Amino acid sequence: MIFLRRQLPLLITMVTGLVFAGQYYVPHPSSELLLTSATKWLQIIGGFALVLGVTSLFHQHAVKIRRQEAGWGYSFVLYAGVFMTIVAGALARGKENLDGAMTAFGWVYSFMMVPLQGTMFAILAFFIASAAYRSFRARSREAAVLLVAAVIVMMGRVPLGEYLIPLSGDVSQWILNVLNASVRRAILIGVSLGAIALSFKIIFGLERSYLGGGKE
Amino acid sequence: MLKKIVLLPTPPQRAGTLPSVLLNILMVNGFLAFICLAELLSSSSAHATLPAPADLHVVDTPNDGGGSLTAVWTPSHSDGPDAKYQVLVGEAGVSDPALLKVVAEFPANTRYVKDAKGAWWTRAAERTWHHYVIKSGKGVDLKDGTAYAVSIAMRSGDERIFGPVLQATPQANWFNWNQINNLVLALGFGALVFYAISHAKRNDIFLRRIPGLDAVDEAIGRSTELGKPILYLTGAHDMSDPSTIAAAVILGRVAKRTAAYETELMVPHRDPITMAVCQEITKQAYLEAGKPDLFKEDSNFFITSDQFSYTAAVDGIMLRKKPAANFFMGSYFAESLLLTETGASTGAIQIAGTDSDHQLPFFVTTCDYTLIGEELYAASAYLSKEPIQVGTLRGQDIGKAVILSVILIGTLLATVSAATGASWPQLVLDLFKDLK
Repeated sequence: MIFLRRQLPLLITMVTGLVFAGQYYVPHPSSELLLTSATKWLQIIGGFALVLGVTSLFHQHAVKIRRQEAGWGYSFVLYAGVFMTIVAGALARGKENLDGAMTAFGWVYSFMMVPLQGTMFAILAFFIASAAYRSFRARSREAAVLLVAAVIVMMGRVPLGEYLIPLSGDVSQWILNVLNASVRRAILIGVSLGAIALSFKIIFGLERSYLGGGKE
Repeated sequence: MLKKIVLLPTPPQRAGTLPSVLLNILMVNGFLAFICLAELLSSSSAHATLPAPADLHVVDTPNDGGGSLTAVWTPSHSDGPDAKYQVLVGEAGVSDPALLKVVAEFPANTRYVKDAKGAWWTRAAERTWHHYVIKSGKGVDLKDGTAYAVSIAMRSGDERIFGPVLQATPQANWFNWNQINNLVLALGFGALVFYAISHAKRNDIFLRRIPGLDAVDEAIGRSTELGKPILYLTGAHDMSDPSTIAAAVILGRVAKRTAAYETELMVPHRDPITMAVCQEITKQAYLEAGKPDLFKEDSNFFITSDQFSYTAAVDGIMLRKKPAANFFMGSYFAESLLLTETGASTGAIQIAGTDSDHQLPFFVTTCDYTLIGEELYAASAYLSKEPIQVGTLRGQDIGKAVILSVILIGTLLATVSAATGASWPQLVLDLFKDLK
């Protein structure tokens, strides 16, 4: 049992990890085919895993309805939305348009999903404004530097700003291309090294906590 | 000044006498005849010196996935923008180059080996030689294992001089030698990490303070005191992403503490596989904390894979359940600010850790503590203090020192190369290039 739970997954991890690390250096079409096949396998496994996810979702909301927790009415909305979309999708055979006419499934997507997603994304503008207000208050030296840099970059990125302060365009580009880019690259170097080190640890079985912890 | 010159009246023309007219005619005709002769001479001189492409070599393109051939030949004294090289390809066995198909034509002073992307250790010829990679397209379809006849012609005006017709067969290669430097560096870094781990097992290694991780205990303690849950997010990516794995590893440490403090833990997921993995990690953490009875299967739950639907659901959880501590670990996109700003409005203590550099400003702005980039990967070592984890950190630090040195030396060498026109710095610079 310990072999199935611990050693076999570690063995699979090591073999596949080494094979796909090596795959990067092999330009032969067989190597590409291997990668494509593995990606398809991952998609298939992901499809089966979705059953796990949906089961978890239904269970969560069933519990909420049964216990009549705060906001349990929304759980009803979720069930109704899921079943209505499944029925609409089945009737439309999964297509948004049939014979040039929009199906109910297409209607759900175009007139419910897309506007809802757009609304959530649009809220971001207000959240940016409130977050900017809190961070740009010059309460410390660092916040003051942030404020000045932000004002220059904002002025340099809009035509009106560049018209009012002609130098702001060049200074803004300099801040983005020199200061910002160098810091981003420094972060990316650290991130890449961290990711490579973590990959080594996982491939060679030194990091096992993703299997469920334990040191046996 | 210009205006003055333009407005000056032109002097009146005098009527010419007969001798002067004859003299003029003779002079003009003589001048024209001279020009014609000069043109004729220069033309015949160019035709006479137009050379055939010499030292032509046609080989299978090395280090590729097949379907291409590479031709190299020496430059000639006629190379210039007026002359052109033509690349001709046809079926094997054709010996007359005129029967081959022209697949490319380019000015004779372009396409050199030095312009090719390969590293110096895989170059097929001198840097000054001409170089052309023939690929499928433009009416030619190169198949692996099939021989083709290839020739190069030089064209200037109407004249065309052919080089020899050579045969070559494209093939797929099993190793890209251009990337050998990448492999050596990766293996070197791996060896360094393992050495650092073995060193850390024998010695104590200093870890600098990371305030964001020091605050983990504070956040869990605060949640316990307030009797409110802890919300932990593992990011937008699936388990194939190192940042998600790092987030899952940190979840194990956090879950162990929440189990010890008997605090409720909520982990909403965007990916079902990540959910399954995190369930196992959480279960193990509760077992290790000696509180298996407190473990709830549904503490890890799936919401949806859709970005903004997930965000709306998590925002709803924050507003209804009012968790006292929010953890945002892993990779994030536009949802980062929507999540953290909502969390900030509920008064929760917020700790973020991400390698998404484009989202870092939002986390820094709205969270109490932010683990920047690699600190996400260091978190596991910091929280556990295990030699394997700490040793890995030391290996990363040495790796960073090496990269900094390479950047510094590389900048100096590139400057020397640009200032003096020397080609030897390229030998060193190529060693650290990512060549496909």
